[in-house]
Order: sequence, then structure tokens, then C-alpha cells
Amino acid sequence: MADIQSPLPGTFYHRPSPEDAPYKSKGDAVAVGDVIGLVEVMKTFIEVKSEIAGTFGDYAAGNEAAVTAGQVLATLDD
Amino acid sequence: MTLKIVKSGLATTIQDMGRPGYFHLGIPEGGAMDRLSMRAANMLVGNPEEAAGLEAVFMGPEIEFTQEASVAVTGAELPVMVDGEPRETWTSFTMKPGQVLSFGFLQAGARAYIAVSGGIATEPDLGSRSTYPIGALGGVEGRAVQPGDELPVGDAPTVAEGRSVPAALRRGPGNPAELRVLTGLYWYRLTDTAGQQFFEDTWTVAAEADRMGYRFKGGRPLEFVEREQPFGAGADPSNIVDGCYSYGSIQVPGGTEPIVLHRDAVSGGGYFTLGAIISADMDLIGQLQPNTQVNFVNVDMDTALAARADRKAIIRKIREELG
Repeated sequence: MADIQSPLPGTFYHRPSPEDAPYKSKGDAVAVGDVIGLVEVMKTFIEVKSEIAGTFGDYAAGNEAAVTAGQVLATLDD
Repeated sequence: MTLKIVKSGLATTIQDMGRPGYFHLGIPEGGAMDRLSMRAANMLVGNPEEAAGLEAVFMGPEIEFTQEASVAVTGAELPVMVDGEPRETWTSFTMKPGQVLSFGFLQAGARAYIAVSGGIATEPDLGSRSTYPIGALGGVEGRAVQPGDELPVGDAPTVAEGRSVPAALRRGPGNPAELRVLTGLYWYRLTDTAGQQFFEDTWTVAAEADRMGYRFKGGRPLEFVEREQPFGAGADPSNIVDGCYSYGSIQVPGGTEPIVLHRDAVSGGGYFTLGAIISADMDLIGQLQPNTQVNFVNVDMDTALAARADRKAIIRKIREELG
């Protein structure tokens, strides 16, 4: 288990746009640098990238949830 | 010496006390949003208080030092690290050549101020190094810092490590934050009920909150006194025939979401402004994260002037402490 934390406060999105599928689903392979979501703040969307490789567990913060810096956004298995 | 920007954070800009004197020409004052913190950071490293430093919002940059220098980080609680080892905020420390300054996850507040002994020595525009990206003034070629930039720093001796601003003199917003308001020229446009509501409701900082303005949402919509729309004003009841905006003024387009104009705001336009945040509380807005709750508090001029004197007294005490 490993956590992916939000680098900054804002609004968290699971999807690149409302019409698209979530970046990752349970069981997906995650490579270093893979985008797992977006955080919006100050009219800017920041890509949240995984700093470790693993298998995607689940999102720990809801789509469009208000998040704080350091909050766990998603977990990776193994 | 130079500071090598390895990572730039979200929006890290060079700021000093700004370029007052051009607002009537549409060029904002600019400068640090939390001026008290910027002044304190400079004092900690022995700089003139008006020296230029870095303002990092929500995320810190990563900076490699090429020569020895004193550094202090004030404002937001953004964990400071030198080559991965923690350092205290609001406290001076020394960077050695080759060492890297980096930051952890933001714990409180919104903007950290990084002062370096000697001050950042980029070319000033209109008397200030403050970055105003829309006008391409100050900063690095008019923009925020980017990875690969090498920022020039003035020559100055280092200071002792461990010089610190006492906790009682570090001013930050509470949660909910209280922002004091002096009602203004266009207050009469609101109905009495709307005026009361504005101060009764708890508002939340919206995602649209930056150096130009802070938007708030979540309060009840404000109703306007009916009138015949004056010639030259737009169709919405929140429109006026264009007027001047002041630093801190509060506009409410459509009566729904108040916007407080901050350091990089426009100087005029066609929205009514119900009043202004008192100058003493403008620093606090610079430290508000999105989703923070805020109450606006109605005060009179005497209270506003007393608050201004109190804030000046805090700065004077920091000066005495570090003198």
C-alpha cells in the first residue's frame, strides 16, 4: 500500500473532463509519472502524478471533492 | 551569486512592496499579498524591508544555492527543508553553496515568503521588482519563475542562524477567518436585508482566488434597491456607470459572489463596490486557502484606523526584536 497525496489545496477531479473516463481504475498498472487526477486552484488545473509504480487501488478522495495539501487522493497496492 | 530554480512550484513570483503611483494609469500596485510576512522575512536575513523576495503560493519551489546566504521563510506554514533536513519557518538559517532548499506539503496559510540575504536583484520596472504577469512587468522578463532560471542576488553579509520572529507576532487568519469591512460609496444600492445578510452569512473562499482578487461563495444572493438604470451603466442591477476601484474593494457581480480586489487588481470598472476590506486585514486574505470559511465584520472608520495602528505596532515590535 502506498498513498498518493495532493501537492496543494483545491478541487480534485478523477477525470480529465466530465465526458472522459477516470484516469485510473482498480487494478490498473501505474508507472512513475502517470497522471491519476487533477487539482484545480486559481483557475489552473494541476496534474497529480504518481511518484511510484504499482497497481491502482482506489481513489481516497471523491470526484470534485475539496482537498487540502497532503491529503491522500488515491492508494496503490503493493 | 544566483539562485538556480530547479522546480518552480505552482506560481512562484518575485515580489517586493510593489509599485505604488501608477494605479490611475491602470497599473496595479502589485507587491507581496501578505506584506507583513514579506517585511518580516527580509528583517530576519538583515535586508531592507522593501527588498525583493519570492512569494510561493500553495506549493514551494526547489532552489539550489551557488553561494552562502542567509534565508528565512515566513507567512504560510510550508515545511522548509535544506538537503532534506527540516528547518523552522519564521527563523533565519544558512544555505551553503550547492545546498538545495525545498518544501513539504502546505500545513496552514497559503503564501510563503522566501527572503535571501542581499535580496533578489532582477531589473526593476517602474521602481519595483514585483511580478505583474498581465502587464509583463518586474519578475523574470515579466513572468513567474521557471525551472532553469538563475535569479541574481545582491551582495550582503550573512546573519546569525536562529534569529526568529516570536509566535505572538506572527499574524495569520483564523478559521473561520474574520475580515473587517468598511462600507462604501455604493452601499446604498443594497436593500437593508441584503446588507444584513452580507455580514450574517458565512462565505467560503472559491477556487477563483489569486493575486488579482479573491472570490467568495456560499452566502445568500444580495438584493438591490430598485432604480431606473442610469445612462451608461450595464443592464444588471450590480452595474454602475464605470468608477474607480480601490485596493480591497468588494464587488458583487450579479449580487451573488463577492470578489475582494487584491494587489494585482484592475483599477476601475462597471460593478458597484459595497465597501472595502480594511487595509490591516489585507495581509490575512493572502493567507486564505480555497474552501476556508470567512465572516465579514462591519466596522467603522475609528476601528479601521485603530486596526491599522495595531498592525504597524506589530511590524515595529518585530523590528525591535530583530534590530
